[in-house]
Amino acid sequence: MKLEGKIALITGASRGIGREIALELARQGADVVVNYSGSEERANHVVAEIKEMGRNAIAVQCDVSNSDSVATMVKETIDTFGKLDILVNNAGITKDNLLMRMKEDEWDDVININLKGVFLCTKAVTRQMMKQRSGRIINISSIVGVSGNPGQANYVAAKSGVIGLTKTSAKELSSRGITVNAVAPGFITTDMTDKLNEEVKEQMLKQIPLSRFGEPADIANVVVFLASDDSRYMTGQTLHVDGGMVM
Amino acid sequence: MAEVLERVTKIIVDRLGVEESEVTLEASFKDDLGADSLDVVELVMELEDEFDMEISDDDAEKIATVGDAVNYIQAKQ
Repeated sequence: MKLEGKIALITGASRGIGREIALELARQGADVVVNYSGSEERANHVVAEIKEMGRNAIAVQCDVSNSDSVATMVKETIDTFGKLDILVNNAGITKDNLLMRMKEDEWDDVININLKGVFLCTKAVTRQMMKQRSGRIINISSIVGVSGNPGQANYVAAKSGVIGLTKTSAKELSSRGITVNAVAPGFITTDMTDKLNEEVKEQMLKQIPLSRFGEPADIANVVVFLASDDSRYMTGQTLHVDGGMVM
Repeated sequence: MAEVLERVTKIIVDRLGVEESEVTLEASFKDDLGADSLDVVELVMELEDEFDMEISDDDAEKIATVGDAVNYIQAKQ
């Protein structure tokens, strides 16, 4: 086990990639704060699964785009576990539309959750991690934040922004023993990608050298690496976990 | 005043590794005591804990010298 005694907070952990990250960090020995926005029942289910492993976990509702809500979540984390070692900024939404048809609120909603949320959560945990003189922040970006993708101007802008934010936070916090890295998943089968039509999926598969879609576990394994001591000499990096889609 | 200055001085000496004699009211954290921006943020965090108060980001930005910190804390107490 690589994360024994560590406390991890994962945003958007009730389903998809976030859920798998929460479970895998727990399997590696971490106690986990399972953040969710709307899916309380599913978050409670993740907590129950983690407790079955003999680890501790709590579910905390929070809108990551609201600074007061984020402050409350981080306070609850510290009050419950006394420290925080790992933050995984995973919460994200999509509101796809062609640029010409994209409404302003579709743009704002995605930027607020996917980019501003990462800023707010990072800012909120920094105080605790600086005091500890250690911490791991892992931001879930996306491969489309590197390559661009038609129909996802808002999502791509946010995910690309996350990569820049990762580099800047890495530089600002390095002297305090905190590393900040990003993971850029390719096409991972989740509720989010199930929404895409078959034609789009077919098209994407052709662009993946490893010729399969990824699973949430493929991302969770890399997050464990970034959260563990194995990656101690890395910061500010973005790891592409995409079957070779973008090189 | 003396008591606040004493407690503030101790934190600065511990955090910045400077001599107690260097910590005068006029001393600027950045120019005289060798602090970088992040050190100042951390100092403010420690002062918050030491004096059990919250210092807003706006107020924190105005704290440049040891005297600024001492005056701020006294005004708030």
